[in-house]
Amino acid sequence: MKIHEYQGKQILKKFGVTVPRGIHCTTVDDAVKAAETLGGKVWVVKAQIHAGGRGKGGGVKVATSLEKVREYASQILGMQLITHQTGPEGQKVRHLLIEEGADIKHEYYVAALTDRATQSVAIMASYEGGMDIEEVAHKTPEKIVKVFVNPLVGLTDEQALTLAKGMGMNEASIPQCVDTLKKLYTCYMETDASLAEINPLIHEGDGTVKALDAKFNFDSNALYRQEEIVAMRDLDEEDADEIEASKFDLAYISLDGNIGCLVNGAGLAMATMDTIKLFGAEPANFLDVGGGATTEKVTEAFKIMLKNPKVKGILVNIFGGIMKCDTIATGVVAAARETHLSVPLVVRMKGTNEDMGKQILKDSGLPIISADSMAEAATKIVAAVK
Amino acid sequence: MSIFINKNTRIITQGITGKTGQFHTEKCQEYANGKECFVAGVNPKKAGESIFNIPIYASVKEAAAETGATVSVIYVPPPGAAAAIWEAVEADLDLAICITEGIPVRDMLILRNKMKAKEAAGGKKTLLLGPNCPGLITPDEVKIGIMPGHIHRKGRIGVVSRSGTLTYEAVGQLTEIGLGQSSAVGIGGDPINGLKHIDVMKAFNDDPDTDAVIMIGEIGGPDEAEAAQWCKENMKKPIVGFIAGVTAPAGKRMGHAGALISGGADTADAKLAIMEECGFKVTRNPSEMAKLLKAML
Repeated sequence: MKIHEYQGKQILKKFGVTVPRGIHCTTVDDAVKAAETLGGKVWVVKAQIHAGGRGKGGGVKVATSLEKVREYASQILGMQLITHQTGPEGQKVRHLLIEEGADIKHEYYVAALTDRATQSVAIMASYEGGMDIEEVAHKTPEKIVKVFVNPLVGLTDEQALTLAKGMGMNEASIPQCVDTLKKLYTCYMETDASLAEINPLIHEGDGTVKALDAKFNFDSNALYRQEEIVAMRDLDEEDADEIEASKFDLAYISLDGNIGCLVNGAGLAMATMDTIKLFGAEPANFLDVGGGATTEKVTEAFKIMLKNPKVKGILVNIFGGIMKCDTIATGVVAAARETHLSVPLVVRMKGTNEDMGKQILKDSGLPIISADSMAEAATKIVAAVK
Repeated sequence: MSIFINKNTRIITQGITGKTGQFHTEKCQEYANGKECFVAGVNPKKAGESIFNIPIYASVKEAAAETGATVSVIYVPPPGAAAAIWEAVEADLDLAICITEGIPVRDMLILRNKMKAKEAAGGKKTLLLGPNCPGLITPDEVKIGIMPGHIHRKGRIGVVSRSGTLTYEAVGQLTEIGLGQSSAVGIGGDPINGLKHIDVMKAFNDDPDTDAVIMIGEIGGPDEAEAAQWCKENMKKPIVGFIAGVTAPAGKRMGHAGALISGGADTADAKLAIMEECGFKVTRNPSEMAKLLKAML
């Protein structure tokens, strides 16, 4: 689960990391009031969407008067902000963060994330803040310092100092940087984050270390014990179909192709998408119905797939284990009837009660095309939509 | 022979009284030597009772001491699952198999480091399979987990995969063309887990009754590449490799918590390239995994 920058900064602040003073708002008038409340002569008007790259897309502006705050807030609120992470259609801006200006002397990068290979928490830092860190990692990997934290021990003073020095932190700011890194680690662990990134972390003219941005991802398996985080969820920023699917315990992700697919199991679902591509078409979605598919679940899955106007055909691929093929076949027939299915449907079933399942499909009188292997199923659906 | 488990394995079921635990325990009992193999259940509130003629004990330690069991299978719900695994580790079992899906990553991080600390201090090493996995099976001997027993045949091919149904797909193809399996192992779809591809490949390499292996992976993480590098130097048996997720977009979690592309090295294409370079026969068509393997025997 993702959250907005202003929420991320609230979390960082709670854990003791210094952030600029700022006020979240959703109207132009409130944006101007926020600037008045903050005082000073320089403000930053920041679009709040879940995607990164907002500055380049025109979603972050520095204002030097209240009039400018009003002008930028009116431009940004409601705009379709396009960044490299939003896709070509962009994301509508519904929230703003108005912040006091910062006296930036240098921009650094720090992040915490789970490292699978070492089964520890990796903390990364770099002198090259404010840039795309993947590019830094690719072109100049020596500019990134990394330590691996054993969660039984925590981030030690020594490790934090290694990072602060390795990232070239301003000499006078090193003690506060060490403190900030330790707080970032604590925050990462206690909130069940899967990514906590500050890009940029800065030092100011008086040596103060401040987080100018905050990006968090959270482990969805742990949300049951993170009430405060769950309360920050913004459904406007998420795909409506994916939310609808999750209500029925379906894992759904929309893609760009025209073949809808419904599969049991995440690995088999990906393999099915790959097979569709291999035989000359593109999948319209990833959809895992899980282990306990019922007629209701299959019907909902069909409805969600068919909402996508690009879908020209559907491929159902089921390997019956605990879930029986006849149960799925009954669900598929009911779903096809209820949705008045008008696109070609290919069903491939294997495993438990395979023959009973095939018979149910045949007896339905619906124009369902049957297939034995994934390759045959893909060949048939690709031919049917052409 | 087989890897990790056989008909003489004695097994404790943690979470045996829950709905999932009951359902699968019954199926596992029905399979081959299941009635002899599943000897104990654990639930502190129901100690002294029994279910499906399996006695229930208050703790794993007690169950192991009373029955001589050395393996446990865990169906405990996510909030208590990591503690359940740790209980099996503290009881010095040989192997703990965790079926549970949805355990918080932080719990697994702490657990795995506790397990490593115990080993480093000279304590007994308990292997962990999973979590979020279908379990493992040695056909015609014993099945521990949620896979459909009837698709398997006894034989000499090993199967290892991160995905449940994709494992069944490989097994189903093998059985259909007359090739049985020595063992089929699902290592699970979580980012922080126990046994990895490399560990299972080592076991298959050492098993005199395994002739060849199908290794199935997916997007996300470094495990398949690590296993491939090891196989290049050490594996004496032919391997067919498949990686799911060529069409998966970066940055999206594809069902499994661990199936997430986070950089250039953990895409399906990158993994397929490394596996091919390390001597695997790789395919992009998952329908021909068994057929390819047969051609190599």
